[in-house]
Amino acid sequence: MADIQELEKIASQVRRDIVRMVHAVQSGHPGGSLGCTEFLTALYFDILKHNAKSFDMDAKGEDVFFLSNGHISPVFYSVLSRSGYFDVDELNTFRKINSRLQGHPTTHEGLEGVRIASGSLGQGMSVAIGAALTKKMNGEDTTVYTLHGDGELQEGQIWEAALYAPANKVDNLICTIDANGQQIDGSTDDVLSMGSIADKFKAFGWEVMTIEKGNDMTSVVDGLKHAKSLTGKGKPVCVVMHTEMGYGVDFMQGTHEWHGIAPSDDQLAAALGQLEETLGDY
Amino acid sequence: MKKYTDQGSKDTRSGFGAGLSELGKTNENVVALCADLTGSLKMGDFKKAHPDRFFQVGIAEANMMGIAAGMTVGGKIPFTGTFANFSTGRVYDQIRQSIAYSDKNVKICASHAGLTLGEDGATHQILEDIGLMKMLPGMTVINPCDYNQTKAATIAIAEHHGPVYLRFGRPKVANFTPEDQKFEIGKAVMLNEGTDVTIIATGHLVWKAIEAGEALAEQNISAEIINIHTIKPLDDEAILKSVAKTGCVVTAEEHQMNGGLGDSVSNLLAREMPTPQEYVAVNDSFGESGKPEDLMIKYGLSTQNIVEAAKKAMSRK
Repeated sequence: MADIQELEKIASQVRRDIVRMVHAVQSGHPGGSLGCTEFLTALYFDILKHNAKSFDMDAKGEDVFFLSNGHISPVFYSVLSRSGYFDVDELNTFRKINSRLQGHPTTHEGLEGVRIASGSLGQGMSVAIGAALTKKMNGEDTTVYTLHGDGELQEGQIWEAALYAPANKVDNLICTIDANGQQIDGSTDDVLSMGSIADKFKAFGWEVMTIEKGNDMTSVVDGLKHAKSLTGKGKPVCVVMHTEMGYGVDFMQGTHEWHGIAPSDDQLAAALGQLEETLGDY
Repeated sequence: MKKYTDQGSKDTRSGFGAGLSELGKTNENVVALCADLTGSLKMGDFKKAHPDRFFQVGIAEANMMGIAAGMTVGGKIPFTGTFANFSTGRVYDQIRQSIAYSDKNVKICASHAGLTLGEDGATHQILEDIGLMKMLPGMTVINPCDYNQTKAATIAIAEHHGPVYLRFGRPKVANFTPEDQKFEIGKAVMLNEGTDVTIIATGHLVWKAIEAGEALAEQNISAEIINIHTIKPLDDEAILKSVAKTGCVVTAEEHQMNGGLGDSVSNLLAREMPTPQEYVAVNDSFGESGKPEDLMIKYGLSTQNIVEAAKKAMSRK
């Protein structure tokens, strides 16, 4: 088990990777990536039972994670490379021609660690249910994880999946909602208010829990461990995780403005000044 | 003209059901998903024999496609079952991203394709599905002609790694393919060798093409008849070889002219061997309610339409 200080160090480097990747190509999605850095770091460096060094699409005997909100690919790529799926130098190729690090994650270029394409929103929960059912058929005691944006919940397919999983007792599944309250056109309340996300999943029959401080490493690690303890009891688990978009870079924090724009040279310098280089830049 | 005998008309969807049942016994990785149409898709026998490998997803086709994609992670071979309209147009983005672009080994099995769905009308009579599916990179598109061929195709696609769209239908049609004929994906079936005109047909139009060939023979016209059960990848070699001999071609399908088999054939011929071509297909129109045979006549998909198209193609040589 990694200790919290160690995980925080990794998270700081991941944040540096995110802003540097997006700056280098002047495109990408830094806001949601920065907000989910604690979650993905905790997942890949502490929670998941996985084999980063020899990637196997079938993931037999491994836990599996599906990123449903594929636009936060910078944090996903950074964490995958930092945990050993591929060389960190490859982060240099993000969003460039002939790269395996496409704007949105894909299996198409054979990038280790990615098991489904995502980008068009709302599809990952269904995919995760399928993988969870296969794990049950294969007699595995493993868990399937997903991450979704809160704005993504506006897609109808999510609710088809949300209906299916409890009705069929898919209880080896932990779906986390990144509740940052923001989407491209503004706050989720302004764009299409969803009321209580937790109440909706409860009403659909999920075991629902909350991580109030999704940018606090201890809270995230403890929350994910608690989520794991809730699996295997006849219900899928939904984690409503409150985060701040852009967390860790003061001028990007708490606003939808940095959903999908890149920092300038000066802004990059300011951001890196707030993020300690802990593992060495790529 | 070679003689073909109907061994007893059956629906192609029952060929799918029989093939799936067979796979249930022979391939433990095969799983089946259905969106509330188990009876219509003839998936009942599989469900009864393998309840642990059958997944009822309810009226939620987008979710079904996603679940099928996810099930492949760990080695399962999912067969999804619903009507052709709900197997394609309704879930195009799910198929595009989660199945085709993700290169998932999912078999999309679609019944009630085309006008021969009959009385339910245009909402259910999709005539665009071949086009939608063949445009997706890496997607294999198969439209078998009768019960025996549909059964054989169902069994064959389980052995092929990659996404497949398998299209079949509801009406009883002549069953003439030999029961033991091996199904080879992408390999055209030569039904009759001829010299005056090539008739290339797929699905329910294949039997009509045979009937048309017999009618043409009575008028001393020698028709070469090819069953193209695999629209993608297309058997370029078989088509070019035939057209080089006959010099004109008719394509016949229960689909829109735009995007269908005829479109694929003309694409090939335009590049390799420009040739007069006539289309027996629906011309930029939705269908409507009615008896299947009446609809096939009204929309120009009858045996007589193929005969006339053959003569017209010959006149353009």
